[in-house]
Amino acid sequence: MSNLFQELQEKISNNQRISDADALALFASNDLLAIGTLAAEVNQKKNGDRVYFNVNRHINYTNICVNQCIFCAFAKLEKDDDGYTLALDDIREKAEEAVAAGATEIHSVGGLHPRLPFSFYLDMLRTIKAVSSQLHIKAFTAVEIDYFSKISKTSVSEVISALQEAGLGSMPGGGAEILDKKVRDKICPEKISGERWLEVIEQVHNAGLKSNATMLFGHVENYADRVDHMRRLRELQDRTGGFQSFIPLAFQPDNTRVPGATGVGGVDALKTLAISRIYLDNFQHVKAYWVMLGMKIAQTSLCFGVNDLDGTVIEEQIGHDAGADSPQEIGKDRIINLIRKAGKTPVERDTLYNELRVY
Amino acid sequence: MFAQIETKLAMQQPINREEALWLLTEGELLQVGRLADAIRQKKHPENRVTFVVDRNVNYSNICESQCKFCAFYRSVDANDAYLLDYETIFAKVQELVDNDGTQLLMQGGLHPTLKIDWFEDLFRQLSEHFPQVQIHSLSPAEVIQIAKLSGLTMQECLKRLQASGLASVPGGGAEILVDEVRQMISPNKIGWKQWAWVMEEAHHLGMRTTATMMFGSKEKPEDIIEHLFRIREIQERTGGFTAFIPWSYQPDNTELGGESAGGIEYLKVLAVSRIVLDNIENIQASWVTQGSRMAQVALFFGGNDLGGTMLEENVVAAAGCSFRMSQDDIIELVHSAGFTPARRTTEYQVLKEY
Repeated sequence: MSNLFQELQEKISNNQRISDADALALFASNDLLAIGTLAAEVNQKKNGDRVYFNVNRHINYTNICVNQCIFCAFAKLEKDDDGYTLALDDIREKAEEAVAAGATEIHSVGGLHPRLPFSFYLDMLRTIKAVSSQLHIKAFTAVEIDYFSKISKTSVSEVISALQEAGLGSMPGGGAEILDKKVRDKICPEKISGERWLEVIEQVHNAGLKSNATMLFGHVENYADRVDHMRRLRELQDRTGGFQSFIPLAFQPDNTRVPGATGVGGVDALKTLAISRIYLDNFQHVKAYWVMLGMKIAQTSLCFGVNDLDGTVIEEQIGHDAGADSPQEIGKDRIINLIRKAGKTPVERDTLYNELRVY
Repeated sequence: MFAQIETKLAMQQPINREEALWLLTEGELLQVGRLADAIRQKKHPENRVTFVVDRNVNYSNICESQCKFCAFYRSVDANDAYLLDYETIFAKVQELVDNDGTQLLMQGGLHPTLKIDWFEDLFRQLSEHFPQVQIHSLSPAEVIQIAKLSGLTMQECLKRLQASGLASVPGGGAEILVDEVRQMISPNKIGWKQWAWVMEEAHHLGMRTTATMMFGSKEKPEDIIEHLFRIREIQERTGGFTAFIPWSYQPDNTELGGESAGGIEYLKVLAVSRIVLDNIENIQASWVTQGSRMAQVALFFGGNDLGGTMLEENVVAAAGCSFRMSQDDIIELVHSAGFTPARRTTEYQVLKEY
């Protein structure tokens, strides 16, 4: 074993943080199994053999978006034939289906619609809550929160408290992409800056809401950009403690406009998940989002430091529009079985990681 | 147990069935992977990952065997039953040659009437028109079917096929080489001993073959281990296997149904194969059944070869699994995992490094 792995092994044994340089050295290494072994050890200390999942449903309320990020295959313009916006009745119906299917969570994000008023989003939350007050609504990214503040001409903190009052329970971690400006200028020039994303999330955490954090990787960024992204998240987490899980998202190139992008290989996907587990010592959970990774890699990642397999995800649109060849949903039994076959203990959780049932 | 196995392997001693079963059922994935990776590095120190430019031609989907795990077969009177004529086959091989291909993997069903003349004529004409292409075709079950229909012994049949141009035999139809399992998934197919009989005869005639294993249907872990040891024992006698190729059962559109094996199960089976089959040079990662992401990861779990580019594949696709890869995709996959991609012949001679 090389010096790098010996040094990192020592740091991990002493519960010391690894540096940005360490993370970069890991990205440069081809020793996939050694990286995985370190990550598995870090995860074992934090979470033991428990692997979490939840029963959830996605509602992508509109695909019409004033931003036209080139990595996105989901966004449409208002004039496009295949643009859509769900009516409140549709949303109610989907929430009812979710409850009938035993879901504990609605995951809802959408485009930045040019004409919907802020009240629509509040009504949407109230509509879902009216179906079942037990349903946890995890909705909106920092990008949407910033946009709501603009269209409602109120402050971010006022937007957050209005949403909270209407039923928002927590936030997913989307829109982070890669936080670095040079990268954002190339792939999502109209989107809020990385700094703004972090500012909004900090306010969200300060308002008492938990969120996740994502990283979209495998497009035009380099390893240093990934490490920089994780460093900023680690720093924010030191201040707020509001992040629940880190979710690296493997970029899907189909139907997008990123020149030359070929998609993320299996080795890069596992390496990135594992390195994030080692680097983000103040995040409790690292999640493999199987929609983008494929179920085989997602299951394999449970041996590379990952401890969460997301949810049953009924009716996912965004990853599939970009060519993800995973199914649109997965049964709870299948998830439990995949976790067991990895030698781990399946635990159904709610959105805030309260354990609902150990299988 | 792990320490005991590690010591044995470090001393280059073969492990036994009990130890192999422990690795498969109790071993931790990354630890098992490390053992397999060390063997791969020792056998292939040049850090190369090879592939062959090939094409599958499925000359017929008509099959008397009607295995329950298969979504490809049709009965003779089915609307979509087919038998390709020579012209169609030649056109397909011409496409292969146009792509610098060197291997023809021709397999079909157990056709109820096709006798040896049909295959002899075909192989002769193929060898004449396309001498650069190695005919790597049929499978033990087909050889026995052709012999039976033609009133020949298996040995005579194989000899005549070889004389007409059959150069090597792919290892298909092995499924799981345990008859209790075969009774459940393929009751009409030849038993494991017949499979081994044809392979050993091919090796005696100087033909190289591969060996496969289809896992994830009805077998127990013990059956997987038995399969591996039976292959190892044949190889000890003949040395004729060039490669071993495990893949996972694909359940869509089959009578057997069920779920496909997960990524972890695949990687473990692959790694244990690399460890047990210390007398077989090459272990193929199956991107056709696992997808390109898993195939790349498999290069760290004992795999040193990615099989063929497969300009055409019908059998696995019929079971709901249709991954495609171009030669450039394969080269990129190998490079980005830190290995040197190399195009090879059927018999594993390196033609070109990339």
